[in-house]
Amino acid sequence: MSLVVKPNFPDYQTAPVQRGFNPYADNGGSVVAIAGDDFVIIGADTRLSAGFSIYTREQNKLFPLSSTTVLGCSGCWCDTLTLTRILKSRMQMYQQEHNKTMSTTACAQMLSTMLYYKRFFPYYISNVLVGLDNDGKGVVYSYDPIGHCEKRTHRAGGSAGALLQPLLDNQIGKKNMLNVKEEPVSQQRALSIIKDVFISAAERDIYTGDSILINIITKDGIKEETFQLRKD
Amino acid sequence: MSILAYNGGAMVAMKGENCVAIAADRRFGIQAQTLATNFEKVFEMGPHLYVGLPGLATDTQTVREKLRFRKNLYELKENRLMSPKVFSAMLSHMLYEKRFGPFFVEPVVAGLDPKTYEPFICNMDLIGCINQPKDFVVGGTASAQLYGMCEALWEPNLGPEDLFETISQALINAFDRDAVSGWGATVYIIEKDKVTIKNLKTRMD
Repeated sequence: MSLVVKPNFPDYQTAPVQRGFNPYADNGGSVVAIAGDDFVIIGADTRLSAGFSIYTREQNKLFPLSSTTVLGCSGCWCDTLTLTRILKSRMQMYQQEHNKTMSTTACAQMLSTMLYYKRFFPYYISNVLVGLDNDGKGVVYSYDPIGHCEKRTHRAGGSAGALLQPLLDNQIGKKNMLNVKEEPVSQQRALSIIKDVFISAAERDIYTGDSILINIITKDGIKEETFQLRKD
Repeated sequence: MSILAYNGGAMVAMKGENCVAIAADRRFGIQAQTLATNFEKVFEMGPHLYVGLPGLATDTQTVREKLRFRKNLYELKENRLMSPKVFSAMLSHMLYEKRFGPFFVEPVVAGLDPKTYEPFICNMDLIGCINQPKDFVVGGTASAQLYGMCEALWEPNLGPEDLFETISQALINAFDRDAVSGWGATVYIIEKDKVTIKNLKTRMD
């Protein structure tokens, strides 16, 4: 074994130094949405975090796009800010060009297109878009980061999505239950299920907690509500 | 992809009023390809003692045999039944012996104490770190889904019938959202003077 220690002078290194940069951050957060016959409810937790630290306990992750459409975002917060900023300006451009507000279905399609436009440098967001369609029926659209869009009646997205989705399948979708009547979910029940699933998620997901902000969308407009979760 | 998710599988155990339940799916597959739908992951280790070994299927069977051997040796030497607590400690030590080349299983133990019939559940990671909560434990590839289901459905002091319903709904709805587990389920309800084994029919996709 050689006793001569090879000196290491980084300033005189000839090989180029590789530096990494990660453009994405995972800021956590969960979004849950349930659609009914004449309403739709969307809830998102208000914790914004990175790793083991909490940036804020009161961050709204629900973005009203029109009087009948709300977008819920979780994932990379900087991407959320950029996407929602562009979305709002696209909504305004549509309004001024066509002299009418964009419908929820049109919003859903536009969001998909906008996400796919960044196919090779995506917005790292789990999006859930809710609203009332042209017949006044509640609809939920969920997206992957590159714009795959799916219309459904209930959806859980974000960091606790895996924990919450099976519960919604069971309680709203009536999966694996025998002798159940096919009846539309009431607004009261949808609201209490959303609160229940967030309580469960806050127990096990460190990125979900503090409180939830709920938007209830009906033909009369958007009603806001908050609900406290555990803060540890 | 993690080697713990190579074969897939979901496992859950719950405490009830003077009873415990342990349940698992029945799928055996290699990544996305299902090879069998009658694969047992829960094993009887005594009259009131069951262990579930989700994870890499080859290690499931190896660890099962090693456990059976060590438990039998203990019972022959001591001339008494092994309690779930002792069994878990033995399993934990066995796994930690292989700290740097582990068996890829996440064991779940459920049983009643042979003397007091006190309900016992615990789970551990692949190197034997024991977690012994008062409500429920989960393991396998659908553990996130199971945590969500159990956290909402479980309540204290469930009787054997209610415990069966709770654990079944928790497991089935959880593995329906996991691509590599499901294809039927087995539930064991362990009471003082009987053990009920039920095979559940579920969606097979």
